[in-house]
Amino acid sequence: MELARHWRQRNARYRLEGSRHRSDGTVAFPPREGAEWEPYVLSGLGEVLTFAVVHQAPTGHEGEVPYVVAIVQLVEGPRITAQMTDCVASAVTIGMAVEMTTRLLGDTGADGLLLYGYKFRPVL
Amino acid sequence: MRPVYIAGTALTAVGEHWERTALSLAAEVLQSAMTASPQQSIGALYVANALGAALGQQSNLAPAIARAAGLHGCETLTIDAGGAAGGLAIRQAMLAVASGMYDAVAVVGVEKVSDVLDERREAALALTTDGDWEALHGVTLTSQWAMLMRKYMHDYAVASADFAAFPVNAHTNGVASRHAVYRFAISADKVKNAGMVADPLSLLDCATVADGAAAVIISANPHASNTRAVRIAGSGVASDAIALHERTHMLDLVAVRMATTRALQQANLTIQDVHALDMTDPHAICAVLMLEAMAYSPRGTATTLAMSGAIQPNGTVPLALTGGCKARGDMVGALGVYQIVELTAQLRGTAANQVANATVALATCIAGIASTAVTHVLVAE
Repeated sequence: MELARHWRQRNARYRLEGSRHRSDGTVAFPPREGAEWEPYVLSGLGEVLTFAVVHQAPTGHEGEVPYVVAIVQLVEGPRITAQMTDCVASAVTIGMAVEMTTRLLGDTGADGLLLYGYKFRPVL
Repeated sequence: MRPVYIAGTALTAVGEHWERTALSLAAEVLQSAMTASPQQSIGALYVANALGAALGQQSNLAPAIARAAGLHGCETLTIDAGGAAGGLAIRQAMLAVASGMYDAVAVVGVEKVSDVLDERREAALALTTDGDWEALHGVTLTSQWAMLMRKYMHDYAVASADFAAFPVNAHTNGVASRHAVYRFAISADKVKNAGMVADPLSLLDCATVADGAAAVIISANPHASNTRAVRIAGSGVASDAIALHERTHMLDLVAVRMATTRALQQANLTIQDVHALDMTDPHAICAVLMLEAMAYSPRGTATTLAMSGAIQPNGTVPLALTGGCKARGDMVGALGVYQIVELTAQLRGTAANQVANATVALATCIAGIASTAVTHVLVAE
């Protein structure tokens, strides 16, 4: 059930915590390691750079089809890959303004974990 | 470094080999390739296999194949670099022979994917994406190409119908390709009307992932018989971010450009010198971005190039001569070895869709969204 794998990502998954460079202010997501980086919580605001509608899903996502995966350009600079939620696939467009929201990402099985984390929805 | 040649080659029909294991497919092609080039002193066996461990069959396949083929005790190595595994195995063999370490090295590419259902295969293929930051969110390799296709259509004002020339050409070529999975033609209308796998990618613009095995003997001595000698004149490898969102210019397959430039430089040739080529082409958008990365076509124009007929066997950039990943099939880790077997046949003048007077061939295979790219340039002497 890979408990540690998901636990160590908790700050990034739950509150979109990335990193900011201490001297030049560059913001990074996923978080970076190293003394020159400090934790930095992103706003969760951005726009859809591109997306696809998945009809043939991998193991663990079979029950979700069709679902939209997107690359979102975040306002702080980094790009992020995530699912779209709270809207139908036909409503998603390139350039659409979106915001981060926390949703169930998956369930690792009977003895496993409920994985929560970021998805993106149209700005309310 | 001394010259390195392709000696014996062999491949199996691509398809669903229900009665066969990866080991039996691999051992058979290896023995065929060795029979085709006797008197080669094989020092090592390099095996390309991307999904054996992920699909729960077998890891570290190489020693089992060596034993089954009678190469007792020889050095072995299993390479699992996704769809680039075959190309990397060829490269390692070339380096071992060029350096003088061995006079001959056997390479086998093998993949067995038909034992599992679609969702497990999708999950296994998604292992070449970024596990924590892409695959966890339900991203598949197909959906990544679909995202690139949508961005390409948006940025260059290209319609989805404009991509159809690629699968149509692949299927047309598949008819004469004896080892192809699908040996029938399809129309552009049929591509347009097919169901969606990852919108905007339809089923008829998606690779047929299938079982297969191919083998090549890489040697310091040209083929002993009276066929034309085929030399590996250039070899290049490059890497890029595995996560698509980390790339500054998503539509630029940097690793493909770098690997191809390196291979052509080593061969002292240019892309215009190439007569026949094969590339990882699971979807038209992949072929489009690779053609543009190789500078065959300016950015945003490769669909126009395809519609002009240039990618057909009698065109200037003949693609998917054995049917491509769509009609011949995509054997993932074995693909890069199939490419070398198929293009060697082109250079020896014995291919099914033969390009007239072909003396220079180029093969490129990639892992994932070209996070690894491998290019080889073959020259007939």
